[in-house]
Amino acid sequence: MSFKKPSMLPGFGLTFGFTTVFLSTIVLLPLAALVAAGTSLQWSEFLHVVASPRALGSYRLSFGASLLAASINVVFGFIIAWTLVRYEFPGRKIIDALIDMPFALPTAVSGIALTTVFAQNGWIGRYLEPLGIKVAYTWLGVTLALTLISMPFAVRAVQPALLEVQRELEDAAETLGAGRFYVFRRIILPTVLPALLTGFTLAFARAVGEYGSVIFIAGNIPMKTEITPLLIVIHLEEFDYHGAAALGLVMLAMSFVVLLTINLLQAWGRRRHVRAAH
Amino acid sequence: MARSPSGALAADLNRPGQHTWMHSIVRWLFISVSLTFLAAVLLAPLATVFAMAFAKGVSAYLHTFADPDTTAAIRLTLITALIVVPVNTIFGLAAAWAIAKFEFRGKSVLITLIDLPLAVSPVISGMIFVLLFGVHGWFGLWLQEHDLSIVFALPGIVLATMFVTFPYVARELIPLMQQLGNDEEEAAITLGAGGWMTFFRVTLPKVRWGLVYGMVLCNARAMGEFGAVSVVSGHIRGLTNTMPLHIEILYNEYNFVGAFAVASLLTLLACLTLIVKTLVERTGYRRR
Repeated sequence: MSFKKPSMLPGFGLTFGFTTVFLSTIVLLPLAALVAAGTSLQWSEFLHVVASPRALGSYRLSFGASLLAASINVVFGFIIAWTLVRYEFPGRKIIDALIDMPFALPTAVSGIALTTVFAQNGWIGRYLEPLGIKVAYTWLGVTLALTLISMPFAVRAVQPALLEVQRELEDAAETLGAGRFYVFRRIILPTVLPALLTGFTLAFARAVGEYGSVIFIAGNIPMKTEITPLLIVIHLEEFDYHGAAALGLVMLAMSFVVLLTINLLQAWGRRRHVRAAH
Repeated sequence: MARSPSGALAADLNRPGQHTWMHSIVRWLFISVSLTFLAAVLLAPLATVFAMAFAKGVSAYLHTFADPDTTAAIRLTLITALIVVPVNTIFGLAAAWAIAKFEFRGKSVLITLIDLPLAVSPVISGMIFVLLFGVHGWFGLWLQEHDLSIVFALPGIVLATMFVTFPYVARELIPLMQQLGNDEEEAAITLGAGGWMTFFRVTLPKVRWGLVYGMVLCNARAMGEFGAVSVVSGHIRGLTNTMPLHIEILYNEYNFVGAFAVASLLTLLACLTLIVKTLVERTGYRRR
């Protein structure tokens, strides 16, 4: 088989050539530099950087808070998507458009605004303070920022799936005496489960690399509220390029493993779903 | 993106079993939980931006924009977007033409590689250019000998922004062009139109809404990018500070009116982006 199927349309050479050359210079070559710099360290030096207590503390926060934020978004993403798809209420269309705000809003703006709202004297923070809940400058604040910026991924993943749930099936089940919760568990949940997992994956992937919105609300205390991307920046500012690249490689590898796991889970879920249908 | 027409919802309300007390409670619960959540994490921060920006009155707000460092930051952000958005648009059009109009081996790999920047942390997106062009980077020495600077200068900011916004136009156009097919283009070519004429007169009008959609999102990200630009910029006031970086500096100096005044401009840009996006979706163009 030849490289390209014949076609009567012109322009393949020009567009394919431009695409690959541009992709190589802007994306592939720089990423190759990361791999080269990260792997040029001796194994012991590499471990010294990526397994230092400070680095381990940052992974715990970055991955822990991202998992938590993605989980929160699966729950609230489902509730919000359900509300937007199933109910009519004043302002529904505006709310629907606003869901994408965290995509459009620069992360630095989200960061300073959230910090102000949840600081001790902020609009919401002042009511949490007497309850002993500190959000700004704690891991809770990190989770909150990550929840905000990854929220649209969960909602937008679930919304189309909910539209596809067959109402007839629900009605049939209810006529046959199924309770509302039973219908939810046996009909709605299986239909939207793959979408929920996709939403979780996308939200997690976005959250784990996030930098701009987090650094304002985190407090950035080493071992406690320092995320991995910030630790990379600190290494860069000290001109420790190899250390920064090593941490970057660890981050890429760990998010790759998490995403792979979730994709496998999803494939398993699909197989199970198909078997159940037979 | 709300694919449910209001008519269907209205019909829904008349379905049997929709007026039980149980249903009303669940409905009320879902709406109030959704609105409370969104109010706390989304609306309150948005309102805060403007409340803080105007906390000391309109003149203090306007005074921020008299500062030459602020105007320099706004100018740099505009210049960056003016370079990045057109270049990524041309790339997106070329990639979509190659991928949607032709069958070739390794196509799915190419699509995956185009989406790659979306999976990379912004900090890493900036760092890779430091590794290439920084003092100790691959081309660092050569650049120094020729008295060129990329990192801590405009080219670095443009490159990092370009990397981060790389997929936006392409990933809108590729599925759209694939879906629309080649029939009209083939007819145009058969009737004697040249390649460029076919592109400008047949293809471009067909995909215009997808193009606008992708460009608007690309622009929003280009103007708002923080992490990647922060790593390559060097934070030199008045020279390599973009608007998001300037917000950070003002905020860390406890100049809250200034920080939120600049933030208010970017918030308005975000609102404008959402409005254009919603209008484009209303023409019938939707994300798949």
